Amino acid sequence: MLGYFVKRVLLVIPTLFGVTIVTFVLTYILPGNPALVKAGPLATPQHIAEMERRMGLDQPMVVQYGRYLSGLFRGDLGESHATGRPVLEDLIQRVPATLELTLAALLVALAVGIPLGVVAAVRRDGWLDHVSRLVGVGGVAMPTFWTGLLALYVFFYALGVAPPPLGRLGTGMTPPPRITGLLTVDALMTMHWRALGSALHQLVLPALVLGFSVMAPLTRMVRATMLEVLESDYIKAAWAAGLPRRTIVYGDALRNCMIPVITLIGVVFGFLMAGNVVVESVFSWPGIGNYAVAAMMSKDSGPIQSFVLFVGVVYVFVNLAVDLVYGFVDPRIRLH
Amino acid sequence: MDSSTLEYASTDAAPVRRSAAALLWRRLSRNVMSLVAFGVIGAVALAAVGAPVIMPYDPDAPDADHALEAPSLRHWLGTDLYGRDQLTRIVYAGRVDLLVALAATAIALSLGALLGAVSGYRGGWLDQLLMRVIDTIQAFPSFILAMGIAAALGNSVTNIVIAIAITHVPIYGRLIRGEMLRIREMEYAEAARTVGNRQRRIIFHHLLPNCFPPVIVQATLAMGFAILTVAALSYIGLGIRPPTSEWGAMTAEGAGYIVSGEWWIFLFPGVAIMATVLSFNLVGDALRDVLDPRMKGV
Amino acid sequence: MTDLLTIEDLTVHFDTDEGVVQAVDGAALSIAAGEIVGLVGESGSGKSVTATAILRLLRPPARIVSGRIHFDGRDLLTVPEEAMRSVRGSQISMVFQSPRTSLNPVLPVGRQIERLLALHGGAAPGRARERAVAMLREAGIAEPERRAGQYAHQLSGGMCQRVMIAMALATNPRLLIADEPTTGLDVSIAAQILELLRDLGRRTGAAILLITHDLGVVARLCDRVVVMHAGQTVEWAEVRDLFHAPAHPYTRALIRSIPRVDREIVMEPIPGAIPSLLSPPRGCRFAPRCTLVQPECATRIPVQTIGEAHQVACIAVSGV
Repeated sequence: MLGYFVKRVLLVIPTLFGVTIVTFVLTYILPGNPALVKAGPLATPQHIAEMERRMGLDQPMVVQYGRYLSGLFRGDLGESHATGRPVLEDLIQRVPATLELTLAALLVALAVGIPLGVVAAVRRDGWLDHVSRLVGVGGVAMPTFWTGLLALYVFFYALGVAPPPLGRLGTGMTPPPRITGLLTVDALMTMHWRALGSALHQLVLPALVLGFSVMAPLTRMVRATMLEVLESDYIKAAWAAGLPRRTIVYGDALRNCMIPVITLIGVVFGFLMAGNVVVESVFSWPGIGNYAVAAMMSKDSGPIQSFVLFVGVVYVFVNLAVDLVYGFVDPRIRLH
Repeated sequence: MDSSTLEYASTDAAPVRRSAAALLWRRLSRNVMSLVAFGVIGAVALAAVGAPVIMPYDPDAPDADHALEAPSLRHWLGTDLYGRDQLTRIVYAGRVDLLVALAATAIALSLGALLGAVSGYRGGWLDQLLMRVIDTIQAFPSFILAMGIAAALGNSVTNIVIAIAITHVPIYGRLIRGEMLRIREMEYAEAARTVGNRQRRIIFHHLLPNCFPPVIVQATLAMGFAILTVAALSYIGLGIRPPTSEWGAMTAEGAGYIVSGEWWIFLFPGVAIMATVLSFNLVGDALRDVLDPRMKGV
Repeated sequence: MTDLLTIEDLTVHFDTDEGVVQAVDGAALSIAAGEIVGLVGESGSGKSVTATAILRLLRPPARIVSGRIHFDGRDLLTVPEEAMRSVRGSQISMVFQSPRTSLNPVLPVGRQIERLLALHGGAAPGRARERAVAMLREAGIAEPERRAGQYAHQLSGGMCQRVMIAMALATNPRLLIADEPTTGLDVSIAAQILELLRDLGRRTGAAILLITHDLGVVARLCDRVVVMHAGQTVEWAEVRDLFHAPAHPYTRALIRSIPRVDREIVMEPIPGAIPSLLSPPRGCRFAPRCTLVQPECATRIPVQTIGEAHQVACIAVSGV
């Protein structure tokens, strides 16, 4: 197991380098001359040339990459022209909103998607199986932004049960004292019940939309895994040994199914991060996805690449965490 | 008495391919959904190609007298703020979406196949390098990477195609490389007899027919993803921009009208996306059942 | 001696996309208490299906069309499912080929035996662990206490099979069905496993139904043999008689095609091929390849007794 752990952790390093190279290249080929922007509209050609030299834009690409990298280590992700602040600051300020939405959606997806997939496989061709297949096939084809708009139309406009998509708290509501940055958790911990209620009310619809969009592929994969497990030799041997159905299906089979499902969570997280951007846009949720999109709208393309870098790095570490947990849980890896 | 011969399928390539087509038809016709899906794709493709001829309205011509009309007999899917017929616009937008998806898939397939073939054939450091490149592409969620590329390159149709194509290269790269490695193993047994170039020719001669089934399946499924990606990119403003109509952009236009109750503007472009992607997925699944049963259930 | 298990007229069909596969057609055999019976046939002859049918483990698309399986005074094909559950694993156990994949990969092997004991009551409560370790020791596993805490992937193929056998015999079943237990194992390991089966069988008094395609295994281990061809049982004999005086044309061809070291033999492969089970010939399914075929072979197959404990399902073989 130690070998597996070490190998897996070491693998992160070249991957992170790769991620930074990609975002560097993307930043590099951005249209426009950053020196021009920094020098200002009244700059003379000499000023611009001077600025270029100072920013190192006349250096070979490799050197510029080095500067980029050292900047990253110092936490320099550029500046946002829209907010006037360092991008890193903006991102950090907005991460809790995205985190809250992502975690809520993950909860929904796991709590509904996994049982649905399992039962669909166990009662194959039953009505739940047909539902799961419908969800799986249909959900995968639905564009998330459209699902969000549809949900808004039905629950906000038509039924009036959902709040207007104006952010994380209802209008006029004061936020609870900031501990984690997650409004629901903070409100719960400080017992600000009204804030908790409002935060939940705002969170429900976007979390359901995002969660549902991710649930579709998850249910498909869980169902496929469970079906495979149910067909395996050791399950057949368990039947032959007279073990009761409950033990075989919801004991042995389920345990064996859940282990590969752990690796699925990494994939699901990737879908979540991608879907986040769109859902935040639809519901005006003040997270990092919305930040990146808004920045791009105002021709401020720097933040987008920093956003891509941020997501890339997070994704790498999430996958690492998933792999490490998997290595621990599966006895085939834990014990040589 | 003659000894009876076995009733097993012959191992020639030709008979298998013929019966694969027949099997595909049998599988499709047995499952109504697949048939409908096939039909939808056909209809969409036909409409896209024949749009100028079929559609009665000009997608771009404003008609202020009939702005924001709900679906009616005159305008089956209603009109937008400028009085433009939505149905016509959706069909025209379909051309863009399909074209982008097709182009992106074709480019990704070619590039990925090349990379995968070279990587698998040569092995060694080249293989390692190319695989690292593919790993790096896959280190990002694909939509996020597409966002970055689209933002860096700009909003033209070409750039969106490139952005999507790049994120799809790993799919085909890994697939072809896997097949190449498998073929290489098999061929080494016979390679003792062959020399130099003939070996290469044999490998490529065997590679292409073997790759066809899984590649076709993946490409069909990837078409769906490509459409979803270009629509989502356009929705957030990073993709196709007006005046070119595109399903995602049209949905974005309709977003603002939810609060005032004009539901048809956002709804129908989304339905178009969903129906098309669903159809590609169903056909892809049916193809997979027929062509590559060992991938079943995934 | 009354028989422990008797299969009569078992017919099993599979409903597939290509049509109905008539996998087993009127199979019959009997096993007496404590004896080792070999069920032999080529792959596709229906022997595994027959064995699986005994424990009623066949799943759709398999369908038991007709037959009776007498065990312990009951017809296993008609008893309710709960009754079967108490038979499986406690009265009749089964061991499969590919032992490593037949063990649960995420449970220590000792626990897998323990819970069977807890379920079927093969040990006093609290003594399950002891008994499990004891069974492992009896199955020839060194350091059984340590091994009991290990997982399947940490054991060799041979050891896994010993564990499976220990598991199967821990509850003292009356019958052990072993489906190709040595396929895939090293030759020397396979020999040890067979020895183990025989020894434990004798010691516990369990009867063994050994499914195999390997006549060598049969010669080594079995008291009696049943030969299957294309879903039909064609000959029943004691091992000695089967090898020295095979009666059925198929058996004779089978025995003849075994290469032998001790004398010069012309290897004669059996002409023709196994008939398609989708549209099998009527009556005797060996008829199309048989040199003694007669027109009546398509309508009836009489079972003739040609010696003590030696029967053959063939019209062309005359009785003693």
